[in-house]
Amino acid sequence: MSIRNSLKDLEKESVEQGKKISQIILEDQSAEIDIPCSEVFLRMTSNFHVMKESVTEGTENGKAFSSGTCGSDSRRLHDYLRKGHNICGDILSGALIKSLAVSRYNSCMGRIVAAPTAGSCGIIPAVLLSVMEERGLGEHDVVMSLFNAGGVGMVIASRATLSGAEGGCQAECGSAAAMAASAVVELLGGSPEQCGHACAIALKNTLGLICDPVGGLVQVPCIKRNAMGTANALVAAQLALAGIQSAIPADEVIDAMKAVGQKMSSDFKETAKGGLADTPTARRGMG
Amino acid sequence: MNIFDIIGPVMIGPSSSHTAGAVRLAGVARLLLGERVKSAYIKLHGSFAETYKGHGTDKAIIGGLMGYLPDDPRIRESIELAEQEGMTFSIETASLGDVHPNTALISVEGVSGKKASILGSSIGGGNIVIKQIDGMSVEFTGQYNSLIVEYTDRPRMVAMITSIIGDSDINIANMKVYRSARGGKAIMTIEIDQEIPEELVNIIRRQRDVFNVINVKMV
Repeated sequence: MSIRNSLKDLEKESVEQGKKISQIILEDQSAEIDIPCSEVFLRMTSNFHVMKESVTEGTENGKAFSSGTCGSDSRRLHDYLRKGHNICGDILSGALIKSLAVSRYNSCMGRIVAAPTAGSCGIIPAVLLSVMEERGLGEHDVVMSLFNAGGVGMVIASRATLSGAEGGCQAECGSAAAMAASAVVELLGGSPEQCGHACAIALKNTLGLICDPVGGLVQVPCIKRNAMGTANALVAAQLALAGIQSAIPADEVIDAMKAVGQKMSSDFKETAKGGLADTPTARRGMG
Repeated sequence: MNIFDIIGPVMIGPSSSHTAGAVRLAGVARLLLGERVKSAYIKLHGSFAETYKGHGTDKAIIGGLMGYLPDDPRIRESIELAEQEGMTFSIETASLGDVHPNTALISVEGVSGKKASILGSSIGGGNIVIKQIDGMSVEFTGQYNSLIVEYTDRPRMVAMITSIIGDSDINIANMKVYRSARGGKAIMTIEIDQEIPEELVNIIRRQRDVFNVINVKMV
């Protein structure tokens, strides 16, 4: 086991060295890619800027580049909130708007960061940018938190999978939520162990979630699943920051996710043969 | 795998397999041709065939043939841009046999009349596998910097090419050799850890019985 395939080892390393998980991952990746930490950080900063752009473009521009059925749900939610209707609170409401915006932007051939995949690309930017804005955090810290998210993602990729075709939506939107939850915990001063609990809680909440894209396209239900994943990430981060623990350790939750994915019928793994993709409306080709 | 495979790649959506991977497949075809594409004949198989319009796989392939990388916003207008450049192309759906669901056969002709074709699959996360070059079975992924050398099969060709690489102090990670027939056309795929300097590619290109060398940089 090592920090790349065990969250327990990653937490332990972080505690022993007295460094944040993000710092441990940054140093490890600098050695792996064989470029200095400062350059690895700059590359991540440039990815963060693409994330920010995708939020802005997806929210404000609403430009559709392809002829697909990309609704303007992000705008709809935005307008609803401006009328004073808000049942979720500011951080979550803001994050939901961003997640719909980025995910829709992706489905319309927007330029995005696959994090960890294109289908789940709305969750991490939505969660981190909303927390950043609400808490007035600096860019440096938020970019660092992407190393925390990436470290969690690498452990999930090596123990299980991040691909919907192999593990269903739990592996995509579930993993993105787990990565975002851990990053937020670190960003708001939580301990390495709390990061692990946040990851475990988020992943537990989506265990068994199937990948059932209508017409095989990254639109229905993917865009709204990004909103769900965003809420899930914030729920898990909040519980973990409050000191609530996952009874099952994160590594074991990841292993369970893998086992569930393996037992899942291939109809539910991106083939568009089951679930929502096999409903009368979907079969009529509403796409 | 490194962190930028997880928080990345930066790409034009919507799908890493149907969009980003498709750009890379076509990019290999363009590199193989080594010049501007005049005409292209594209066959899409399986899930590529069923969902290409919604995923912009057609735009992605034409974009790759124009030399765009997976994060280039021009992919969105690649079809119009290709037509403006005078490229002609046809996109058909077809069964390509017992292959991965996301497979394409891309045949291209360049401005000088040179021809090339690849059969390749997009296997998830933007990763690709090339299964045929000019009708010959090969297998390479593009996850490393790779050299593809097309040459005439004869003794000492493998030793000659690998010693040119070795003399430059470059380590070979993986290497495979394929041939159509004894003394016929052969292809060598060489995967390397570092970037391959263009001078080295030119030295190999000048050797007797070598008729094409392409340098595929990891993207």
